[in-house]
Amino acid sequence: MVLGNYKTAVCARAADADILKCSQDGGVVTELFTYALENGVIDGAIVAGPGDAPFKPEPIVATTKAELLAARGTRYTISPNMSLIKEATRSYGLDKVGIVGTPCQMQALRKAQLYPIGMRKVPDKIALAIGIFCMENFPYQGLEAIVEDHCNTKMESAVKMDIGKGKFTVYTERGAVTQIPLGATHKYEQPGCHVCLDYVANMADVSTGSVGTPDGWSTVFVRTKKGEDVWSKAVAAGYFETKDIASVKPGLDLVTKLATGKIDRNKKTLEERAKMGVGKGLRNPYI
Amino acid sequence: MGLLSRLKKIFTGDQEAEAKAAPEKRSEPAASKTAAAKPASKPEDVKVNRIQDAKIKEDKPVVEKITVGHVHMSGCTGCLVSLADNYEGLFKILDDYADLVYCLTLADVRHIPEMDVALVEGSVCLQDECSVREIKETREKSKVVVALGGCAAYGNITRFSRGGQWNQPQHESFVPIGDLIDVDLYLPSCPPGAEAIRNVCLMAYLLLRGDESQKALAAAYLKPLMELPKRGTEACGCDLMVDVINQGLCMGCGTCAAACPVRAVSMQAGKPNVDREMCIKCGACYVQCPRSFYSFDVVGQFESISELIATVMGKGGQ
Repeated sequence: MVLGNYKTAVCARAADADILKCSQDGGVVTELFTYALENGVIDGAIVAGPGDAPFKPEPIVATTKAELLAARGTRYTISPNMSLIKEATRSYGLDKVGIVGTPCQMQALRKAQLYPIGMRKVPDKIALAIGIFCMENFPYQGLEAIVEDHCNTKMESAVKMDIGKGKFTVYTERGAVTQIPLGATHKYEQPGCHVCLDYVANMADVSTGSVGTPDGWSTVFVRTKKGEDVWSKAVAAGYFETKDIASVKPGLDLVTKLATGKIDRNKKTLEERAKMGVGKGLRNPYI
Repeated sequence: MGLLSRLKKIFTGDQEAEAKAAPEKRSEPAASKTAAAKPASKPEDVKVNRIQDAKIKEDKPVVEKITVGHVHMSGCTGCLVSLADNYEGLFKILDDYADLVYCLTLADVRHIPEMDVALVEGSVCLQDECSVREIKETREKSKVVVALGGCAAYGNITRFSRGGQWNQPQHESFVPIGDLIDVDLYLPSCPPGAEAIRNVCLMAYLLLRGDESQKALAAAYLKPLMELPKRGTEACGCDLMVDVINQGLCMGCGTCAAACPVRAVSMQAGKPNVDREMCIKCGACYVQCPRSFYSFDVVGQFESISELIATVMGKGGQ
């Protein structure tokens, strides 16, 4: 159950070479939203657009492919995408909203749909929620410290950052590659991530991430009826190249291993929090 | 999961045969129980509407409707408007699940009757004898008292009242209903979302009239809202600081900023920043936060619960 409920798991990448040029891995999020936008599944999508500093995302409501393309690639810092959920349905007037987010944002989204206390007219307007695998996140200042202090690279000259195989890697425009062990980044993680019990966005319609598939490809979990509908149509329309997940290395075993690791670790953190003081502890949000 | 599939069965297909055999059995005791308390029911209306919804199999109510009242304290009627904003959904609720037995705006009933669920809107003005009397009467006559909206739950904008205004300058003290009576459930925000009120009405129906598995689902759904009164009668954007960020729980999803009805919450450096001059103390941000409460059991089944709500709402579901 650490991988949540899913109907299918597949290895995939976007068929569009333009998308793959600047995507993090298989370009699944960008390509799936492109398909959804071009085929009327969604009217727009809340994505992490470019912000006012390098690798600092700003949530935007993308209603064109150009805006989606501008949001390609992972930035390992906070993009409060949920902050636009009511804006998208009300100010933008979208009837069919797409949203991409981390597992915690997918949890927030589903809670908002079931308990729409401050979310008037949101519950029935979520057409496609794409979740991304997430182990932890960094505040922007934390990311800056990792890249500039630890990796000795200016934020401005970085073109891509990547976490994989136990390393944090920064690539620059001129081809310099700096790698540090992931362990060195742990202290910059935001504390809220340490109570999270979801690695592969169990609450999304479709969730995706790099873990489990070869470089340049993504692992995709299709979870809900909505997700299955749009995914099967997008694949049939030739938007994706796919491979059987069982045929690729390292496969779902690694995803399961990492998910189990995260959940066990964070469950322990929750236990420790509960008895942090003397006869007192910190609040547990899970009921 | 077993719970939900059983529930669905009850609401959809398999119920038919059972319903044919059961109705006398079921409605008799329930009817005799509520006959004394309830005003005249409207059997003809109900039948007419069933024909309208003939395509949907589950339109037959499981048992008797519950009785719901709207009690108006010092509030702006916005919460009642939000209930009405369910449009056809409101009719579906009134047709199949709940009778509106008291509502100064929509029902011609002068005095607070006995009822299953009282939706109380607005805070209580201590200088207004009638309000103080009526809130106590509401508690005595209702099985479940719901603080509907920020004013009833937390005072909301009435927290800022200092009196001295025409035409009742002595009306200066307004308290959330929880300061005077025990409240069973809080539904904060200004106003609470229409769909949230709808969900609470449906779940209250299942809780009071449903079978064991329905009660279990309703109880699980309502539990976090029923825990809210224990946090007290004060709410503020500061709750995000005190109960989320200070507790090391915030991960910057931005939900609070979206939930705030007055745009007092913005996201700065990935965390909420509350403009305290703007905050109206409605409680929406904290209750909507995924780290205030989160139930894997309930939210984990979002797809089937959403489908269930859509099914029981029939055409009225939006």
